[in-house]
Amino acid sequence: MAVTQLIGAKIHRREDPRLVSGHGRYIDDLNRPGQVYATFVRSPYAHAKIQKIDLTEAKAAAGVRAVYTAKDFQGQVAGTHPTVAAFAPEKKTVPDRFPIASGEAAYQGEIVAVVLADTKSAADDAANLVQVDYDVLPAVGDLEKALEPNSPKAHTDLADNLGWDMTLVPWEATDSAFGSAEVVVKERILQQRLAPTPMETRGVLAEYDTFDKRLTIWMSNQNPHFIRLFVGGALSLPESSVRVISQDVGGGFGSKISPYPEDYLVPAMARMGGRPVKWIETRTESIQNTTHGRGQIFDVEVAAKKDGTLLGMRLTQYLDLGAYHGTFGAFQACACVMAGGAYHWQGISARTVGVLTNKVPTDPYRGAGRPEATHLVERMLDRLAQEIGMDPIELRRKNFIQASEFPYTQNFGLVIDSGDYEKSLAKAMSIAGYDELRKRQADLRGKGRYLGIGVSTWIELCGFGPSALAGATAGVALVESAQVRVHPTGSVAVYTGTHSHGQGHETTFAQIVADTLGVPYEQVEIRHGDTNEGPSFGYGTYGSRSLAVGGMAIHRASQRVVDKAKKLAAHMLEAAEEDIVFDQGKFHVKGSPEKAKAMGEVAFAAYGAGLPEGMEHGLEAVAYFDPPNLVWPFGAHIAVVEVDPETGSVKFEKYVAVDDCGNVINPMVVEGQLHGGIVQGFSQALFEDVAYDEASGQLRTGTMLDYMVPTAVEIPDIQLDSTVTPTPVNDLGVKGIGEAGTIAASVAVINAITDAVSPFGITHVDMPASPDRLWKQIKEARGVSATSANGGGGAQA
Amino acid sequence: MKRKVALTVNGSRREDEVEPRLLLVHYLRDVAGLTGTHIGCDTSQCGACTVLVDGKAVKSCTLFAVQAQDAEVETIEGLATGDQLHPLQQAFWDNHGLQCGYCTPGFIMAGVYLLSQNPNPTDDEIRKGLEGNLCRCTGYVNIIKSVKDAAQKMGAAKGAGTPVAAGGE
Ligand code: FES
Ligand code: FES
Repeated sequence: MAVTQLIGAKIHRREDPRLVSGHGRYIDDLNRPGQVYATFVRSPYAHAKIQKIDLTEAKAAAGVRAVYTAKDFQGQVAGTHPTVAAFAPEKKTVPDRFPIASGEAAYQGEIVAVVLADTKSAADDAANLVQVDYDVLPAVGDLEKALEPNSPKAHTDLADNLGWDMTLVPWEATDSAFGSAEVVVKERILQQRLAPTPMETRGVLAEYDTFDKRLTIWMSNQNPHFIRLFVGGALSLPESSVRVISQDVGGGFGSKISPYPEDYLVPAMARMGGRPVKWIETRTESIQNTTHGRGQIFDVEVAAKKDGTLLGMRLTQYLDLGAYHGTFGAFQACACVMAGGAYHWQGISARTVGVLTNKVPTDPYRGAGRPEATHLVERMLDRLAQEIGMDPIELRRKNFIQASEFPYTQNFGLVIDSGDYEKSLAKAMSIAGYDELRKRQADLRGKGRYLGIGVSTWIELCGFGPSALAGATAGVALVESAQVRVHPTGSVAVYTGTHSHGQGHETTFAQIVADTLGVPYEQVEIRHGDTNEGPSFGYGTYGSRSLAVGGMAIHRASQRVVDKAKKLAAHMLEAAEEDIVFDQGKFHVKGSPEKAKAMGEVAFAAYGAGLPEGMEHGLEAVAYFDPPNLVWPFGAHIAVVEVDPETGSVKFEKYVAVDDCGNVINPMVVEGQLHGGIVQGFSQALFEDVAYDEASGQLRTGTMLDYMVPTAVEIPDIQLDSTVTPTPVNDLGVKGIGEAGTIAASVAVINAITDAVSPFGITHVDMPASPDRLWKQIKEARGVSATSANGGGGAQA
Repeated sequence: MKRKVALTVNGSRREDEVEPRLLLVHYLRDVAGLTGTHIGCDTSQCGACTVLVDGKAVKSCTLFAVQAQDAEVETIEGLATGDQLHPLQQAFWDNHGLQCGYCTPGFIMAGVYLLSQNPNPTDDEIRKGLEGNLCRCTGYVNIIKSVKDAAQKMGAAKGAGTPVAAGGE
């Protein structure tokens, strides 16, 4: 193998020149001749019977080509929305979902009609002329009330609102842990709904060739092969007749994985009307209709000894499913199986309950279950530390799974591949100056200032996923494919089933190939996002899988190319294959490096005359990589904040993150992923909240004016560092880093805030810790414990 | 009823018949075919549509095309010369100031304006100067770094070109 030169190098991204110059190709930049524009008419109510739809005026409006309602799609779009069944719960109800509502709308924004017109503005105007008579029904909002027997139902034909109820490990399993406990702490931890808010909204452009019966769909998506599978299937078209293209994508964060109603309807309309149809989501449509993330209540109890030894945990997750199950909603069970974090436990009991409400469905959003798990376990450790008067770091150290124990089988039977939690923590503490910080905190408290220090020693499972572990990956085998083609003159085209929407794969994957094949980096081109190219199926990008699974498939396919090239080189050098050495992109006979054949020369020969007996022409290979295990990144984050109790405002003083994702292909890209991920964690901790009016189910945060995405002003500097613990799971030793920052950060911030306000007797702060909420909480706590304010917690020094 | 609008875009004079309600951003994208200016919201929060109008950074979704009558509009496509990137574009590339790239044209245009007003901004001044723009990918860390880097390089280039330096004093 060639000496590693590019793996690990800080290579500037090759996708950037087109993007910084305004030459990216995002969905709204694409147009087809003769296209018409779609505008959807959506239910303004969270729950309503559709009595009558009058299309007369809309159909007569200028520029209108067609107006459709549900009945027009009967026979055009078959089947219901896919949902993966990852587990067999005691109870499960999955409401049918057709991409357009007919009798009843079950969330605000559900599609009831659609207008096609020659211009976007004509379609918008006519959509306003569609008259729908609704009979408003009671809306289901609150998760606990939804489970009461007399609650209204999210769909009128349902017996109850219980989407599922599953006990992963029964309560009895932790009886002995709780029985021997010297201290038990309990908390209810809320995970607010979040709108993923990629800066580019969704969009679909579809064209149907009536005579060839071929459908082409351009869309902003993380997962084009899945779309081809689902949409082609629903439209009864063979996959070979459907092409899905996803070029530059302006961010996804999990919200562009699953198929959406518009993804079926736009292609169906292209076929029905014989003209290309384009639809671009507005921001309000995006916040209202693109799946939300999080949306849970966790009831958690932790049993421990007074010396800080953790014994057991019991947790119940109530997940707000929304009106329908998200395609990968079942994946949220992951919040339970990861609840043990980086620690030893005698036992963990867990139950997950999915609740149907009249809101838009929830589905994965950056981290998907793992931020929630980290948040709850790291929060509970601080809660316990406060209870027993122990430093939260000491408590963590006491219970860490030790570096010598890996591979370590955790409480839910998953095998943690590798780790060194102590190491990343020690590094973070030294960078942050932890001991100094505690002293400063005590000093400042004396002066009536409230500094807080929060720690998150997070772990993650990612790299979805091994076919053998389909249970942990929502029931689907999420392997990955790659094709490597070496052209006769030595240039290389590589096709991957993953999809890049900001991650920089065109650069980082080329680094892997250049090293493995020993060809110049500039000669390698990475292609993705077009189902007509490369292997027959790809699995897409999410779950921090692209490198650990997709990168490995590329690596494997490259190795196959090298293997064949080596045979051919042996023939060319008239030597036995065993005597051939591959070094720096050249083949030579052991001991005579001066007589070498470069990969390019071998490639040329592979397409010409004079091949060895029995060898086929060509130099290309396909590989599917099925990882033997998931990979487990980890790290330690320390947040330092100051809370002003008079205003409830939170000011960052410092944020230190030491992360370990194994070997690194391109450190610049890794740092970028961490910055962005961490800020999304901050944002959940402090700002973002999809708010519905509980009584009416009306969305109260439907624009960027109301839904707070932070600007550069709100975001502090972030100090990054790393440790490197390569995974034994794959040959590259790599893990994932796309979600790590988000998984780690929300709880570091919330732990810091809780620590800051602990002198007021506060033991838990929920998200978002916005100034108004925090101020109110401090005020209430002060009212209750005005006399004990000085003794109510003190510094945990 | 359509109305005539005449303006200069990236140095070229144009005249078009447009609907009075057409926003400048749609004019640039759909009429002038310059799709580097992006749309990220419908309430003028995100700044993805930022362009320069008579040298000032403007969210082009807040203006009707007809309001740009006789204006000099500069978009992201007007910054580079051939494949020679503008120093800010180069700095975003060098400092990994973008990931998905969707917000990037808006940030770069806002950055051009910021540096035209304040060639040597502090980190806080950069943050303030870019507060009309949202990025969901980068956490802003490398965007701030990029603008700072560009400021330094543009300052140095200017310094090198002054007659004092040429006089070799
Ligand atoms: S499109 Fe968001 S500010 Fe103009
Ligand atoms: S780089 Fe994706 S939004 Fe800024």
